[in-house]
Amino acid sequence: MIGGLFIYNHKGEVLISRVYRDDIGRNAVDAFRVNVIHARQQVRSPVTNIARTSFFHVKRSNIWLAAVTKQNVNAAMVFEFLYKMCDVMAAYFGKISEENIKNNFVLIYELLDEILDFGYPQNSETGALKTFITQQGIKSQHQTKEEQSQITSQVTGQIGWRREGIKYRRNELFLDVLESVNLLMSPQGQVLSAHVSGRVVMKSYLSGMPECKFGMNDKIVIEKQGKGTADETSKSGKQSIAIDDCTFHQCVRLSKFDSERSISFIPPDEEFELMRYRTTKDIILPFRVIPLVREVGRTKLEVKVVIKSNFKPSLLAQKIEVRIPTPLNTSGVQVICMKGKAKYKASENAIVWKIKRMAGMKESQISAEIELLPTNDKKKWARPPISMNFEVPLAPSGLKVRYLKVFEPKLNYSDHDVIKWARYIGRSGIYETRC
Amino acid sequence: MPAVSKGDGMRGLAVFISDIRNCKSKEAEIKRINKELANIRSKFKGDRALDGYSKKKYVCKLLFIFLLGHDIDFGHMEAVNLLSSNRYTEKQIGYLFISVLVNSNSELIRLINNAIKNDLASRNPTFMGLALHCIANVGSREMAEAFAGEIPRILVAGDTMDSVKQSAALCLLRLYRTSPDLVPMGDWTSRVVHLLNDQHLGVVTAATSLITTLAQKNPEEFKTSVSLAVSRLSRIVTSASTDLQDYTYYFVPAPWLSVKLLRLLQCYPPPDPAVRGRLTECLEAILNKAQEPPKSKKVQHSNAKNAVLFEAISLVIHHDSEPNLLVRACNQLGQFLQHRETNLRYLALESMCTLASSEFSHEAVKTHIETVINALKTERDVSVRQRAVDLLYAMCDRSNAQQIVAEMLSYLETADYSIREEIVLKVAILAEKYAVDYTWYVDTILNLIRIAGDYVSEEVWYRVIQIVINRDDVQGYAAKTVFEALQASACHENLVKVGGYILGEFGNLIAGDPRSSPLTQFHLLHSKFHLCSVPTRALLLSTYIKFVNLFPEVKGTIQDVLRSDSQLKNADVELQQRAVEYLRLSTVASTDILATVLEEMPPFPERESSILAKLKKKKGPSTVTDLEEAKRERSADVNGGPEPAPASTSAVSTPSPSADLLGLGAAPPVPAGPPPSSGGLLVDVFSDSPSAAAPLAPGSEDNFARFVCKNNGVLFENQLLQIGLKSEFRQNLGRMFIFYGNKTSTQFLNFTPTLICSDDLQANILGPTKPVDPAVDGGAQVQQAVNIECVSDFTEAPVLNIQFRYGGTFQNVSVKLPITLNKFFQPTEMASQDFFQRWKQLSNPQQEVQSIFKAKHPMDTEVTKAKIIGFGSALLEEVDPNPANFVGAGIIHTRTAQIGCLLRLEPNLQAQMYRLTLRTSRETVSQRLCELLSEQF
Repeated sequence: MIGGLFIYNHKGEVLISRVYRDDIGRNAVDAFRVNVIHARQQVRSPVTNIARTSFFHVKRSNIWLAAVTKQNVNAAMVFEFLYKMCDVMAAYFGKISEENIKNNFVLIYELLDEILDFGYPQNSETGALKTFITQQGIKSQHQTKEEQSQITSQVTGQIGWRREGIKYRRNELFLDVLESVNLLMSPQGQVLSAHVSGRVVMKSYLSGMPECKFGMNDKIVIEKQGKGTADETSKSGKQSIAIDDCTFHQCVRLSKFDSERSISFIPPDEEFELMRYRTTKDIILPFRVIPLVREVGRTKLEVKVVIKSNFKPSLLAQKIEVRIPTPLNTSGVQVICMKGKAKYKASENAIVWKIKRMAGMKESQISAEIELLPTNDKKKWARPPISMNFEVPLAPSGLKVRYLKVFEPKLNYSDHDVIKWARYIGRSGIYETRC
Repeated sequence: MPAVSKGDGMRGLAVFISDIRNCKSKEAEIKRINKELANIRSKFKGDRALDGYSKKKYVCKLLFIFLLGHDIDFGHMEAVNLLSSNRYTEKQIGYLFISVLVNSNSELIRLINNAIKNDLASRNPTFMGLALHCIANVGSREMAEAFAGEIPRILVAGDTMDSVKQSAALCLLRLYRTSPDLVPMGDWTSRVVHLLNDQHLGVVTAATSLITTLAQKNPEEFKTSVSLAVSRLSRIVTSASTDLQDYTYYFVPAPWLSVKLLRLLQCYPPPDPAVRGRLTECLEAILNKAQEPPKSKKVQHSNAKNAVLFEAISLVIHHDSEPNLLVRACNQLGQFLQHRETNLRYLALESMCTLASSEFSHEAVKTHIETVINALKTERDVSVRQRAVDLLYAMCDRSNAQQIVAEMLSYLETADYSIREEIVLKVAILAEKYAVDYTWYVDTILNLIRIAGDYVSEEVWYRVIQIVINRDDVQGYAAKTVFEALQASACHENLVKVGGYILGEFGNLIAGDPRSSPLTQFHLLHSKFHLCSVPTRALLLSTYIKFVNLFPEVKGTIQDVLRSDSQLKNADVELQQRAVEYLRLSTVASTDILATVLEEMPPFPERESSILAKLKKKKGPSTVTDLEEAKRERSADVNGGPEPAPASTSAVSTPSPSADLLGLGAAPPVPAGPPPSSGGLLVDVFSDSPSAAAPLAPGSEDNFARFVCKNNGVLFENQLLQIGLKSEFRQNLGRMFIFYGNKTSTQFLNFTPTLICSDDLQANILGPTKPVDPAVDGGAQVQQAVNIECVSDFTEAPVLNIQFRYGGTFQNVSVKLPITLNKFFQPTEMASQDFFQRWKQLSNPQQEVQSIFKAKHPMDTEVTKAKIIGFGSALLEEVDPNPANFVGAGIIHTRTAQIGCLLRLEPNLQAQMYRLTLRTSRETVSQRLCELLSEQF
């Protein structure tokens, strides 16, 4: 179990130090600073073992969060906890920065006391935490005994993530399918590896204790349902997707998912992440990058890159950015592009080409002349891949929300009364094409 | 960078560095550097030529980036351009960049060398200095090749400035260290020596460093430096501290130079009397100065003064010829023994160790025994305590052995774990070496086992037993003492081993006393039995069976013990076997047989103490041996007397520690190591003259005979060395590979195999050999190839003589190399008719040799056939009318002639005899072949 949790700034100064177990001494704080933050070479592994003590760290901007343990813990659990911790802090005071942490010193210690007990992670649901850890100073004088006992029963009860008695005038529901698509493509356009990792994020403003049921075009479900009618199977077979693996928010009833593969749950109030998933088959690649690199002698390089958008013309991709790496001995660059803006960024050793908007089924082109300085190293340029960033209003995995039903037996509103919104956003993860 | 003055400061560089320093993260730093690199690249690429200042600035930035740990792959050209600038700062940056960043890139090196050459040729001292520094900093082979000839010229030229001379001397030193083969020796060497007389002390200091290094390799050429160094030293020593101005360091005149001069003098033996007088004066003056009250309280003052003093003392020790000085040095060191500086105490003890081995100062060292013992007890620093132990060991002799051993023993109880084992060994050695009264020896070792049983190695207790068995006078005492020691409630296993062994042998000597009756002895030992490990239990079982012989009255008890299930059905095979056999022996054999089988051990042959070998091994053979040997020689003097010092017997390696010295029941005691009389090696500790070739190793004659019929195999083997052979012969030529395998874990030094041929043999076979590497690592094998040509026929075989140094002793091994005439045999096939025709042609009585001899081996047809083929001739089937006979034919090839050869072997199975007939065209050949072949059957 987690023995202690430290937060450092970029210089390695300790901002927060909370020790949960006796086996972690004060020197552990310094050990991490010396061996990881101040390490000579860049530390790439998120887990470091120093003197039989394991340090798990994540970095948010300039802040280091490190969980320490001497035991053989589940590393995935520790990281899940650290990410959750980041989410909780972000929910309380926004961006995680040195200044914010210093300003919310007491709050963070309060949170740490609550979400970890003797190193075991406890309820880390922001909604639930906010009911009793508040930023408005000490509130307990105003709270009645009843309220307090209500909090206790809720937090320790079966549905710890939702309190009772929530009331909204308008029952509303937002569903976001957020996906990031990763690609590695050969210069000839052959897909070397591609996968989509997606999240379904839900924002619910529902009264009472509603029971929800979520349906999507999961291949297994569709096939199971379509068993009876053969033609439906063939019709929907195209649209259904194969999900490689998925994880759910704790509110989802896993037993029901295991037996019927239906996703039913009582949602927490406000925003939460319903599920995470990954697919590798039949991925829609929103953009195709066609590179053309020609070396003219030892001192010149000509680069031409064409990008093609590959989705419905009615949709608009946004925030498109193509990053063309330049050799390390570049001494000058001339760029011509038809659309958007392109610039050579010496500090990143790359030409960065930005396009604000681009409709589907279009193509655009950039050409650059790179002058090189002859070096005495015979090393050849490694030609790193061209990478790309974008945002498109579709789900590259092909996932479709089929339904989201809400039942509230006690209160008198039905599924039809709930206003539901759904949107799809596909972003680029690591989207690279070799050149 | 001191050269960058305010007016010349590079603002761009300062801004860049402060930018980097302000970066919050590694990523930000890398971004900033990438940006800067791109900027510099575009500047260097630009068509407009850069002025010197900006070139310098950018090169400086590149250097800074490189020092931050990033790769720089351009800018070298610009740096080289800077070299040809006339401004000091630009040139300096250029040189700096080159000495940090340039690798052996061929085209650039030529340009750089050119620039350096120009600077060396310029008469500008600063430029010359920069160039010399660059050469020394790079110090590559290419540099040495280009400038090794030039620098000595600059060094000795009359018009060179002092600062340049200084740089040149140090630069040459550096080149000499990296590639000594490239620095030519010439007439400049004599002029370098005269630099010791230079006005400028800096030049003298630099020159002394150079000369010391050179003199270590070529002492003859720099011999003249001794008198110059002495006179220079005396001038420094006698000067007042203010005379030397810049070179006076905290009131000590030129300490560095003094130390270097003293080091230089340590390369040579004591000089001739005139110079020696002066040197002695100097050394005395240095020793006198040490007595003066310090001129300053600063630590630098005393450090400098002591540095000179210690170097002077090591020179005194090196010369080892002035008793007066040695004693004074010893007294001076004695004062340091109580100094409050830990380093001084350490150094004093270390120097004293070497002083103790000099005959002049040995007595003087001994006067400090109390202080050293005190240091051992009260010193806080473990390394100093270690030195104190070393010194005690070094100063020990017969007069103070008892005291020192007692002190070491008492210290052992509190000693650090790291040095315990060494102390144990030292105590064991000293106790043995200086024992007058062997009861004292036994007491000491038993005490040793009691105090530090875990650190007592096997060798130590083997040695006790050897000594007790060899000396009748202590046996009774030893038995009594171990008996008493064993009565302690908890005693170490090693003590049980010693006790078991000694009581088994000499228990009868104390059996008369009712307090140590046989039964009591047995019960005492048996009470320890269950707490011991298997080897010890095995030893105890042997003790029991010895008891059966010594005390018939306890036979029943012992048989009961042996018969018990825990012995007879023990899981350990060794114990079980012993129990079964001993039980059987005790029931079956009569008392007479028992008495013969279980007789008291005969005395062990004297040999080098195995403990000494172990101590040597622990310290590494090269470092300690000299001192150790010197000491041993002396100890032989001191001991003189009737008993031979253990070391003076010929020494062999550590005996392989056989687990049980008793030997199994009836087996006669086999000493763990080979007794020197076996003569496998002739070793003489004191004779360092390798000229005496050893007599042939026994057994090599057998081996020689074996090799007549085969070409590959092991020729010789003993505990240290294995010699393997692999050879091939074709017509009159042959090649033999000799493999020398070091079977020990220690390096052989001065390993020199030589091939000894008698004169007429030399003429007949030619064998140029390549020398082998003089050091053979432990466990390693080296190979030597010998080419052989048979010029004419010969009878003798060459002798291979091998000499090497193993752990301080010379080893000398001689074996006959199996190069025999028959190796040059070429088989010839012929039909029966041809054979007899030729046989008849060789009917001249001188051409035939016949020999009738008894078979030494079983008469097996197949084996005989194989032997004849191995001998080299063709085996001709169905030639002889009698199928039992063997017939062969072949040609012996020599350079000058080819000698046809026919042989016939007739076995007589009934009489177990052979008749061998050989006919060749030459009488000597027939004779020799007959001799060789008849040996084989």
